[in-house]
Amino acid sequence: MMLEVRDLHAFYGKSHILQGVDLSVDQGEIVSLLGRNGVGRSTACKTIMGLVPPAGQINFKGRAIAGLRPDQIAHLGIGYVPEDRQVFPGLTVRQNLELGLKRAGVVGRWKFEDVFKLFPNLGERQDNPAGVLSGGEQQMLTMCRTLMGDPDLVIIDEPTEGLAPKLVEQVGTLLDEIARRGTAILLVEQKLTIALKISRRLYVMGHGRIVFEGTPAELAANAGVRKEWLEV
Amino acid sequence: MEVFVVSLLNGLVYGMLLFMLASGLTLILSMMGVLNFAHASAYMLGAYFAYTISQYIGFWPALIIAPVLCGLIGAGIEMWGLRRVHQNGHIAELLFTFGLALLIEKGVQMTWGLLPVPYRVPELLDFPLFKIYGTQFPAYRAFMLLISALMFGAIWLGLTRTRIGLVIQAALTHPDMASALGHNVPRIFTLVFAAGTALAGLAGVIGGNYQVTEPAMAFTMGPIVFVVVVFGGLGSLSGCFIASILMGLIQTFAVVFDVSLADLLAKFGFVVTSSTPFAEILTVTLPRIGALLPFLMMVLILVFRPRGLMGTRDT
Repeated sequence: MMLEVRDLHAFYGKSHILQGVDLSVDQGEIVSLLGRNGVGRSTACKTIMGLVPPAGQINFKGRAIAGLRPDQIAHLGIGYVPEDRQVFPGLTVRQNLELGLKRAGVVGRWKFEDVFKLFPNLGERQDNPAGVLSGGEQQMLTMCRTLMGDPDLVIIDEPTEGLAPKLVEQVGTLLDEIARRGTAILLVEQKLTIALKISRRLYVMGHGRIVFEGTPAELAANAGVRKEWLEV
Repeated sequence: MEVFVVSLLNGLVYGMLLFMLASGLTLILSMMGVLNFAHASAYMLGAYFAYTISQYIGFWPALIIAPVLCGLIGAGIEMWGLRRVHQNGHIAELLFTFGLALLIEKGVQMTWGLLPVPYRVPELLDFPLFKIYGTQFPAYRAFMLLISALMFGAIWLGLTRTRIGLVIQAALTHPDMASALGHNVPRIFTLVFAAGTALAGLAGVIGGNYQVTEPAMAFTMGPIVFVVVVFGGLGSLSGCFIASILMGLIQTFAVVFDVSLADLLAKFGFVVTSSTPFAEILTVTLPRIGALLPFLMMVLILVFRPRGLMGTRDT
């Protein structure tokens, strides 16, 4: 397994948000982390990324990464796309992408042209400040910026939240493209549509723990889990 | 007219000096959330270092060495002090920098004494550059303008044209994101803190002999710099620049315009006498409240426009 998380706990002040999470992602695999709002999915992402202090075991490519700084974890090959589209508003679209590169001028699987070909809007606006882009464009930019760093695993937190159906489709296309280039994905989602279609395995989270683990077919067959932990 | 031109130039000199201090403070405050009370202390240290260095090897080496010393002290404070205190929250940081400011003041008093030191303008620049309407404009003020303009250009180029500048801009708004993209944000913090203190030191080197180099200089300059930062708005260097120049001009012009509210009322045919209600307040002249104007502006802007002139978030 490329990423292995064992008995992960995390706290915000005194609240115990993650209460022993176990999950794993293999090389090139697409894995989804599902669950309702507030069950700790985003915290799980941030904790793996080193943005929230972890308690427990996180191994990436056989190396213990719990306790490392986020930039060290990024350099080991994990990319992170936050849920709230944190584009750098004063920098141009191109500068945003440049900051995705780990070293100046060193591109990996993803080149500027690839991004602009997939999303012509970003290409046309590459010299505009990222802050003036629409919500959907900002989402694509945030994802592409992380990809410029050429991660082996990318953690993507709710990429379709608040997007119009047409843009949700674009996100789907990008996810396919990421997988095609051999990058593993840990996808956090609330909606089942995309997750069921593209994932090889799924986890369902509830109250800070993993409550279900299985394939899309197994989840589709398990009405009980869907009713108790997913449907609103 | 003559008063106007001379005051304009003086206001500009003072404003640029303020900007040199405020630019560092605004970067530190917006990026790290640290309200650095010791920032003006670096200004004072810069002046004293320059005084001592220029006694031995002259003003010109001091112009370089003193800011570098201040920057190194800043880096040390950030790495070994602030970074630890930071984990305990903003109140702890505030108290830490406040204590530091007091320590530096006492340290300066013990080293250089309570009285002002004779830190003077270098002889090479100690001549009137030109005369306008009978008033001399010292060459040293032009030199101050030149240094501040060069520094402003260097900061601007550094922030917009270099990769490290882009990372600093990124970390200004989203430090966590910058760090998750692989940028060593703590190192950027140290760098910004060191550069900010070095700039404050440079302001001290060129401002200490223009004003007076004495142990109280940090505590007289400090509050004004805070006003500039709040007024300009967090996270915005352009706002900080405008606020600095504005504050420099306001303070300079307030001193030369000897008018009061009573004079204004007199224009509308209302004569204030000693029996008029509030006559004491109405006859206060502008120069007497000039020093208060910046604080009045800070209070007003906090109430009516908490983001400051061009800030990206609430103060």
